[in-house]
Amino acid sequence: MTLPARLSPVALVAQALVCAAGVGLPALARALQANRSALTRNTFSRVPLDCWIGRVEGLETSPLPDALAAWDCRATRLAWTGLQADGFLAHAQAAVRQHGAARVGLVLGTSASTIGVSEQAYRELDDQGRFPARLRSEQLNTPHALALFVQAALGLQGPSVTVSTACSSSAKAFAVAERWLRLDLADAVVVGGVDALCESVLFGFNALGLVSPDPCRPFGAGRSGISVGEAAGYALLRRGAGEVQLLGHGESNDAHHMSSPHPQGLGAERALDDALARAGVAAAEIEYLNLHGTASLRNDEVEAALVARRYGPRVHASATKGVTGHTMGAAGIVEALVCLLALQGGWRAGSANTAPPDPALGPAFAQQLRLAPTRQTTTLAASHSFGFGGNNCVLVFGRGPS
Amino acid sequence: MTAARRLHVDGVAFWSPTLPGWPAARAALRDAADGTAPTALDTPVAPARRPAPALLAANERRRAPDSVLLALEVASAATADAGHDAGDLASVFTSAHGDLPIIDALCTTLAADPLLLSPTRFHHSVHNAASGYWAIASGSRAASTALAAYEYSFAAGLLEAAAVCAADGVPVLLVAGDTAAVGGLASTNRSRGLLALALVLSPRPGPRSRWQLDWQLQAGHAAAPPLRSAAARKLADNAMADAMPFAEALAAGAAATLALPLGPALHLALDLQLHAPPPRQPAAT
Repeated sequence: MTLPARLSPVALVAQALVCAAGVGLPALARALQANRSALTRNTFSRVPLDCWIGRVEGLETSPLPDALAAWDCRATRLAWTGLQADGFLAHAQAAVRQHGAARVGLVLGTSASTIGVSEQAYRELDDQGRFPARLRSEQLNTPHALALFVQAALGLQGPSVTVSTACSSSAKAFAVAERWLRLDLADAVVVGGVDALCESVLFGFNALGLVSPDPCRPFGAGRSGISVGEAAGYALLRRGAGEVQLLGHGESNDAHHMSSPHPQGLGAERALDDALARAGVAAAEIEYLNLHGTASLRNDEVEAALVARRYGPRVHASATKGVTGHTMGAAGIVEALVCLLALQGGWRAGSANTAPPDPALGPAFAQQLRLAPTRQTTTLAASHSFGFGGNNCVLVFGRGPS
Repeated sequence: MTAARRLHVDGVAFWSPTLPGWPAARAALRDAADGTAPTALDTPVAPARRPAPALLAANERRRAPDSVLLALEVASAATADAGHDAGDLASVFTSAHGDLPIIDALCTTLAADPLLLSPTRFHHSVHNAASGYWAIASGSRAASTALAAYEYSFAAGLLEAAAVCAADGVPVLLVAGDTAAVGGLASTNRSRGLLALALVLSPRPGPRSRWQLDWQLQAGHAAAPPLRSAAARKLADNAMADAMPFAEALAAGAAATLALPLGPALHLALDLQLHAPPPRQPAAT
């Protein structure tokens, strides 16, 4: 295996986010700066499940506009709320005007997509076992539904694909977009990550014994599993330099187990090596690291060992799922945007809910893991996304010349 | 629109219940427009209900969902055909809908009693289940992705595999497959039967390269190429049917140009050329 060649930077020219902390990236920034968890008790599932969730308020009472009404469901409402946040819609439409619709691509990462619609249809099957008429739409009950919706909402006609690799989905979306730009398949690419709360994910992770009865505590002593969250995040990518740039990406697979990580983190380390090689930097140069940090016992152990082994002792590593919950396929872009906040804003997020940290993770990692936010400029940041099915992605971002 | 890029097709595999394997498929898909009869196979192949990839132990095969069996069957056949080391091959898995029988079972359990959901059913339901099982079976830690693009899922998968191949200069395994909608899903989802196609694409020609493929994105509408063979038309109700024009072109064994739609106003323009058979190497003494 040879390491990949260094990339030309790709600029993040606009971004948007909605998550449990609120609508807009500033809402997440405020929660992170206050180290405040946005998790709430689960009142989402019809059958009670004693856990905490990162829920976006108000989706139930905000249907899609009439022109998009055929797509109406929780996941598309979430996707639409995100598109309207942070002025993103206007940026994306300006890119369409500037480059032409066929030259603006879309890569959308999602794990569960609109499966909430199918879940509802199965609760309401008619006496012949068919979906109720209003939910009987093939386009609305398929993994690519959210991308079709976003394409329609933005008027995009360039290449469009859904990446669905569980928790690494929207991190990998950056890699797909970078390749499209490098190969001149598009002039601008909308990268998205959208996953809404649904019962498959809540009860699925519950079946695996991975859902915590308490708000999740990434790398915390006595941590007891994840808190599921929902989010929609977007970034508009263009070739060339910018204030914040994607410098590298690395993708790999553990080739070990469907639902537990490689014990030595070899898959994750390969993704890290590839991302660093593409960025042309060493792990020791990374100043801010957003950890995958799900708060599951094994994932955090393996990730902590990898960070202790590869990153410098002064890296500011933090886990932010205590604020947002684990937003599944959207986690990659949510946490890429936390890196962007560090690069743009001159401060680095802490690890809400973590204290006290788990002493079993060792002294080297204890020094790297930061519980509180700090005011510090950052020029190089990285984000880890290690998903179900052993699917890994590491992204490296940097501050550009402008 | 963009400059054409070149790659090479080193391996091909195909599976459907009536055409379980590329030799059977190639013969049936050669049923050309000129009305000539399909080439008969020396040994007729019996239809199968599900594939039985040798990569999995018998007990794993029984438990594995259709999508995983399909993907592993064609992935191992294509890599064997290409003579590539599967243990370090990047891969792109594409499927319009993922595993429909598993999603039916998952939603049925959730509607009845969500607390009865089994962990195995849940991990079989993720779109990257086939990618994960393939990585475990092949031992490859290289990048592996799982994509969906509704009715353009084959073309989008081919685009992504070609993009990885071109961007990183590495061979890529493309695995495309879809299953049959059952239960309540069958009232909304039109996919029927099982269908999978796998290709090993390489940035450089090698001893096993059989086709040279030039590809480029083009703006503008293109209608899906008409299916020429009765065998391909029989598979048209599977959600991966947008792979069939390409499968027919490979089976025909002649140069071909194809436009595969990627959306209402975008398509993948393909120019397929046969590689000359490699010169026979003098026998080693």
